[in-house]
Amino acid sequence: MTTLLTILFDGVAYGMLLFVLACGLAVTLGLMNFVNLAHGAFAVAGGYVCAVLVNQSGWPFFAALPLAFVASALIGVVFERGLYRHLYTRGHLDQVLFSIGLVFMAVAAVDYIMGSSRVFIKLPAVLDGQIDFFGVGIGRYRLMIIVICGLLTLGLQLILSRTRFGSRLRASVDDPRAASGLGINVPQVFALTFAFGCGLAGLGGALSAEILGLDPYFPLKFMIYFLIVVTVGGSSSITGPFLASLLLGIGDVAGKYYVPKLGPFIIYAIMIVILIWRPNGLFGRTAAR
Amino acid sequence: MSIRANMLLGAVAAAALVGGSAFSAHAADTVKIGLILPMTGGQASTGKQIDNAVKLYMKQHGDTVAGKKVEVILKDDAAVPDNTKRLAQELIVNDKVNIIAGFGITPAAFAAAPLATQAKVPEVVMAAGTSIITEKSPYIVRTSFTLGQSSTIIGDWAVKNGIKKVATLTSDYAPGNDALKFFKEHFTKGGGQIVEEVKVPLANPDFAPFLQRMKDAKPDAMFVFVPAGQGGNFMKQYAERGLDKSGIKVIGPGDVMDDDLLNNMGDAALGAVTAHIYSADHQSKENKEFLAAYEKAYNQRPGFMAVGGYDGIHLIYAALQKTGGKADGDSLIAAMKGMKWESPRGPISIDPETRDIVQNVYIRKVEKKNGQLWNVEFETFKDVKDPGKTKK
Repeated sequence: MTTLLTILFDGVAYGMLLFVLACGLAVTLGLMNFVNLAHGAFAVAGGYVCAVLVNQSGWPFFAALPLAFVASALIGVVFERGLYRHLYTRGHLDQVLFSIGLVFMAVAAVDYIMGSSRVFIKLPAVLDGQIDFFGVGIGRYRLMIIVICGLLTLGLQLILSRTRFGSRLRASVDDPRAASGLGINVPQVFALTFAFGCGLAGLGGALSAEILGLDPYFPLKFMIYFLIVVTVGGSSSITGPFLASLLLGIGDVAGKYYVPKLGPFIIYAIMIVILIWRPNGLFGRTAAR
Repeated sequence: MSIRANMLLGAVAAAALVGGSAFSAHAADTVKIGLILPMTGGQASTGKQIDNAVKLYMKQHGDTVAGKKVEVILKDDAAVPDNTKRLAQELIVNDKVNIIAGFGITPAAFAAAPLATQAKVPEVVMAAGTSIITEKSPYIVRTSFTLGQSSTIIGDWAVKNGIKKVATLTSDYAPGNDALKFFKEHFTKGGGQIVEEVKVPLANPDFAPFLQRMKDAKPDAMFVFVPAGQGGNFMKQYAERGLDKSGIKVIGPGDVMDDDLLNNMGDAALGAVTAHIYSADHQSKENKEFLAAYEKAYNQRPGFMAVGGYDGIHLIYAALQKTGGKADGDSLIAAMKGMKWESPRGPISIDPETRDIVQNVYIRKVEKKNGQLWNVEFETFKDVKDPGKTKK
């Protein structure tokens, strides 16, 4: 029983991490209808910024985390204004080719600057080890991930549904022409959203160094996971990807624990079953846009 | 039309003449080594270490041996065997290399083997560690190690040191399966018991569920093999899950405690016992010099991959010395067989029967010295041959 809870806990933490990494992709893909395979590159940028700040400049870990967000968001803005903007109206194939090229460039650049070996971020002692909670082993670091990501999800949901910016964004997505007719600065809304998604990826990259391992090939290695989250979750809201991440995280961890021989395939099996059942994902709308 | 064809023919002939004469003039005093390594991709750290070591050796010993100038042509195969094969072919046919060397992973070494046989070009394997490699061609010589060498030794050691129940965690690919097979054989023969056996996918993001399984199996120790580079993540999660405190020791071949990553692993690695062929802490004059020179040149601690490269280029130099500069495949291979020397890792030799490396395997424990983590050697098994071949 206690093992089951530990597994569940690990699964939730893993799922939350996937969500933070992938939800920016859900936003660009679902809300802005842009296929951005280079999403992981922003995660890597955040991860390395955090690693350099903590390991080389001696910043405390918790101070470096927000900076990982800010740095990736800034890079996101620059790229969105400089490059992505020109491809919004182009076909999906162009977008795929462009963004995959960006991934390879990012991988080569990080490899050149930072070297190819894995990078670890020095963690404060508070985050080491496990807490024994009535026999259930709770990893401190994973607990922190759950808390941070949980708060973020709540915040995102509130921003999207309650704030003026949220309604502008939804309006811009539903009908960009009508929205701009009403005086909403659509490109600006998109740029901000894109940057925010990149920032989240950066934060996710910094958080995942400990669990997934941070190296220059991260964007390629985990691209498939991000895409699974978005396809399974559907890309019309953030609730879908959130539930999908949790499902995949728990499924993956539990599968590897209970049937280690089949473990790595469980995540794909879940994806296939869900997509047969609901081809547009759990919360997908029909591909009208 | 015919004029054109003639001109074309003439041009080709002239080019062949120029090329041919340039080549023959060249070949007389240059020995070319085609170094094929993964310089990009997931195995890049292996490639970089070997490249560094080869460059370091040539800086220390000059680029002339027995009156010949040694020229190294580095190619990146990104650890994709198809690339390895294509590059090896280009090097042999176009660049007319005398030796091909490197090979970060087992499939890469396999891919080049038929070419080595056909072209009678020695293939010096500096990294890949699956037992069977040297049997793939009579022109293959290995200066790295085989997983059997360290895995059998740690199996024997575990039995002798009161470890009765072991859970295993190995990466699911040829070297991981080799490590597991040899360990299991020796450990169970000595009366040990395997209580849990988990194979981890090679591209594994998160060890958590597998480690939880290890913890629940309550073994005395866990036998771990993960490829060079993944050891850091593994040890971090091992500590996170509190396995260090629950008394489950880490044992295994030394790949998991690779020297170039060891310092980043944190105190969780303390006390891990591994059997391996090289520790940066090896106490000898040769190693002290090698370590100092490598750290000075690359600002990094060399790992066992670097030593494999360093010894590989040394073997080529020594063989050329012995043949007096004769660089055809058969003479070189004949010269390499039985070669003995003192490497930074300790005394090593090339088995004349199998062309595989014979070396000491050391049992080491991770300890802290001057604030840094080191694999401190405390027991030596002398002149270990590859157990994959001695059995036959």
